[in-house]
Amino acid sequence: MTASHASDPQPADTILAVNNIEVIYDHVILVLKGVSLSVPRGGITALLGANGAGKTTTLKAISNLLRAERGEVTKGNIVFEGEQVQALSPNELVRRGCIQVMEGRHCFGHLSIEDNLLTGAFTRRDGNAAIREDLDLVYQYFPRLKVRRQSQAGYTSGGEQQMTAIGRALMSRPKMILLDEPSMGLAPQLVEEIFEIVKKLNEEQGVSFLLAEQNTNIALRYAKYGYILESGRIVLDGEAQALRENEDVKEFYLGVGGEGRRSFKDVKHYKRRKRWLA
Amino acid sequence: MDFLHSILIKPFADMATAPDFLLQVLWEGTVSGTLYALIALGFVLIFKSSRIFNFAQGIMVVFAALTLVGLHENGVPALLAVPMTLAVMYVLAMSIERVVLRPLVNQPDIILFMATIGITLFLIGFGEIIFGGENKRMITEELMIPTGSFEFEPFGGFLLIEQKDVTAVVGAVILVLALLMFLNKSKMGRAIRALGDDHQAALSVGISLSTIWVLVWFIAGVVALVTGIAWGARAGVSFALEVIAYKALPVLMLGGLESVSGAIIGGLLIGILEKLFEIYWGQPLLGGNTETWFAYVFALFVLLFRPQGLFGEKIIERV
Repeated sequence: MTASHASDPQPADTILAVNNIEVIYDHVILVLKGVSLSVPRGGITALLGANGAGKTTTLKAISNLLRAERGEVTKGNIVFEGEQVQALSPNELVRRGCIQVMEGRHCFGHLSIEDNLLTGAFTRRDGNAAIREDLDLVYQYFPRLKVRRQSQAGYTSGGEQQMTAIGRALMSRPKMILLDEPSMGLAPQLVEEIFEIVKKLNEEQGVSFLLAEQNTNIALRYAKYGYILESGRIVLDGEAQALRENEDVKEFYLGVGGEGRRSFKDVKHYKRRKRWLA
Repeated sequence: MDFLHSILIKPFADMATAPDFLLQVLWEGTVSGTLYALIALGFVLIFKSSRIFNFAQGIMVVFAALTLVGLHENGVPALLAVPMTLAVMYVLAMSIERVVLRPLVNQPDIILFMATIGITLFLIGFGEIIFGGENKRMITEELMIPTGSFEFEPFGGFLLIEQKDVTAVVGAVILVLALLMFLNKSKMGRAIRALGDDHQAALSVGISLSTIWVLVWFIAGVVALVTGIAWGARAGVSFALEVIAYKALPVLMLGGLESVSGAIIGGLLIGILEKLFEIYWGQPLLGGNTETWFAYVFALFVLLFRPQGLFGEKIIERV
């Protein structure tokens, strides 16, 4: 396996490369039609797009949670740390340092916050002391979780649940986190707080992030690079700065036109949802 | 008037006039209740972690007991036969995961339920081929379970408590405490509870489904073995034992499918109530043998008023 792919044209500092993958659900529904992207080591990369564009599917293809939903990668390959991983189980992938934080938080509702965090350490073999140390680390990043560590996760607020989900992923000592819609259903102030922590984790712990977001504005402020997905294809990609200044992105995703904000009645409907391909 | 008197007053008057006999009845109820609780516990563990209603739990009790007795018949010393039986239960758990559960992952619940019926039928046939269908004696003495009895004289009356029943209750209590410790304190236990809460999330943090499933089915096998020994010591080992497993169904209706404590309390409640009903109402008024149906009727009444069971796990819903 390794021999043939040592020659893959990936620069050495690429932690994750997705090469032209196609994903089919239930053997019939073609969701991703050839998606390629790459995440540099220590980078934050954003994956943007509207509902149903394929962001979540892309992340699940990488973390291999697709199979639990009867989806499969039928073409292309995914390279994590120089090795093809599309055939590995999620368990093995977490062990290698790539973990997904799912959309909608998915905390274990009947477990306490602390138990939730500890489940993240399931794949670790380095002993209780190291796990305790990391638990303290997570509490440093999320002091609020320490206060609530004995409460059942199901009864905590949305923000606390999102923090729990990220903290739980951290407990696996990941090299890379696939973060799916961290802003979903949260107040703007909380979204800001969560993204600040993501940035801190990236800088201080060296965790790389692939970030799927609908909130294009905030995602492009924190990411260094961005990809825009539409109907299962990458339609645009570039440095975050360049994307933020791109006229089309401004109009379709940031909600501001070339001449600043426009009144709704001036927006022509056929133009509002322009497709780059199709 | 006479009729009402015999329903509402006479039974309680009987209880009050012969408190020693009442104690005896309560004890008998507790013993069978403990065993119902154990069987229900096996169901709960598997349901919690894999959403499978394991119809085969009853036959697993029989299979475990038969394996133990069968090994002993073939010359294996009793104390060695126990770990060997545990090994067999582990192999069984592994094969079930491999052959039945893994290929059916993501199928609707009803298909998995049907699969467990298949496992039941297979175990019945397989067990009969290997061990034969006749009734066997549980190797009680060989396992060093005391068979004498204690006699007390409370309230100037007479109370007889068999030592093997005491052993069964004590054994069950130890098993349950150990299980609760395991579920609440250990890493694997935490993973089992996590899997019960959210399958997808459990997968995403790297919890491996197959490891947990094998573990849970093995624990259910251990519980089945303990139940099999205890029940076999009272009634012998035969495929008829499977019927007592159906008693676990009303227990589950009472206790809820997901609650460990519910299974225990439900089991005790049914065990005690059905004995009381049999002795004080069933025998004088209905000609006896009410134990075969009382539990089901009782569960039916409870379901009318609390469809989630008496102790069903609270569903946490945030709006």
